[in-house]
Amino acid sequence: MRTARVAWAGAVHEAVPHPQGLQLGNGQVLAEDQVVWLPPVAQPGTIIALGLNYADHVKELSRELTRSTQDEPLVFLKGPNALVGHRGRTRRPADATFMHYECELAVVIGRSARRVKAADALAHVQGYTVCNDYAVRDYLENWYRPNLRVKNRDGATALGPWLVSADEVPDPQALGLRTRVNGRVEQQGHTRDMIHSVAALIEYLSGFMTLMPGDIILTGTPEGTLNCAAGDAVECEIDGIGTLLNTLY
Amino acid sequence: MQTLEFDFAPWRLSGQVVGVLLNHRPALAALGDAVNQPPHKAPPRAPVLYVKPRNTQVADGATVAVPADAPALEVGAALGLVIGRSATAVPEAQALAHVAGLVVVADLCVPHDSFYRPSVRQRARDGFCPLGPRVVPLAGLEGRIDALRVQVRVDGVPVHDTTTGDRIRPAAKLIADVTEFMTLSPGDVLLLGVSHGAPRVGAGHVVAVDIEGVGTLQFRLEAES
Repeated sequence: MRTARVAWAGAVHEAVPHPQGLQLGNGQVLAEDQVVWLPPVAQPGTIIALGLNYADHVKELSRELTRSTQDEPLVFLKGPNALVGHRGRTRRPADATFMHYECELAVVIGRSARRVKAADALAHVQGYTVCNDYAVRDYLENWYRPNLRVKNRDGATALGPWLVSADEVPDPQALGLRTRVNGRVEQQGHTRDMIHSVAALIEYLSGFMTLMPGDIILTGTPEGTLNCAAGDAVECEIDGIGTLLNTLY
Repeated sequence: MQTLEFDFAPWRLSGQVVGVLLNHRPALAALGDAVNQPPHKAPPRAPVLYVKPRNTQVADGATVAVPADAPALEVGAALGLVIGRSATAVPEAQALAHVAGLVVVADLCVPHDSFYRPSVRQRARDGFCPLGPRVVPLAGLEGRIDALRVQVRVDGVPVHDTTTGDRIRPAAKLIADVTEFMTLSPGDVLLLGVSHGAPRVGAGHVVAVDIEGVGTLQFRLEAES
């Protein structure tokens, strides 16, 4: 099942896909651009993000890293201020010289998880969606890196369009992903290249913190993160999950 | 897991708690030249922030589990600024107008020496953010917000006596610098940052954190089962 949350005609609705765009719970059929898309998780809980979780991305950044693929997962947390829905707009700071997209598989927890083993982990997943977790590299400092000024900016974590229930995604490590900037493919990867799989991440995280329904895990991005400019239309696509559009301003 | 009970808006908490590392001048000074050495290579410029997620938040009187892999925990006594009015890119001079009240927070962590990577495993364990017992209105405390006495007692014995002062970013400046890039919403709690020399505690201890004019927060530590 695929669900979205949209605002239309002064109210928030749940919507499902329709050949002409989407259909609201009241039967109304609308085109994609007739509604305001909200993040598809109604009440996001803790937002957990992964850095350097793709082998190819680690290789790409190897010159500036003191890190190998054998290390503990690089985890950081974000706040709800960062979220913005499909077809949303994200501000590019005027002084930034290097702001890049990050196409990521987002995992939404559906059942509390504490000390869950990887073999049982996927039963705790409600569903999946697409995330574009922008970073402004100019603001990187070597203190709790990457810090919130880089990764938790207002509206710089796009999420959506659809929350795809876990039963439609039998293997989250079998998904191709790609990013198009103004229609041109700039980033390509595959979730099989994650260093820590979705199941392994749930085992790791639930080993020290209780994951709760509505918590979101952003699982990292593959290589190919390029600088973008104001006005660029950035589409992050994950096979079987959806295509998330965001425009920088 | 215990839930938090607070009064209604603007004192109702949102569940978003944000802490700041090394905001106490003596804490940064204690690192000496290490701030200029790898991996840091330079002192922090922007506030170094971290999130205390909802699984960490417990109420006054809570029992907090000390993880089996961490024989001692650090108790960071922190003043929590409870946001009352949405704050985006707020100028320093107007910052305190966005604060509804104050709350006592015990920012617990597994002690760690490296501040290079975000220390989620050290800071985000279940129960690692006791806060309460209540949010007190800011009215009457505005002028003293950066000079309140802060004390920590373990089993009734004073172990840390400090203040909310001597911050690199006092409350209003911190709100201004944080909201420059992230909105703080009503019920969000921004911590002013813990003082240098935070005491360490272990299973069996009863800890009280007292902030002048704000209240006394108490919790008990027990070994993880």
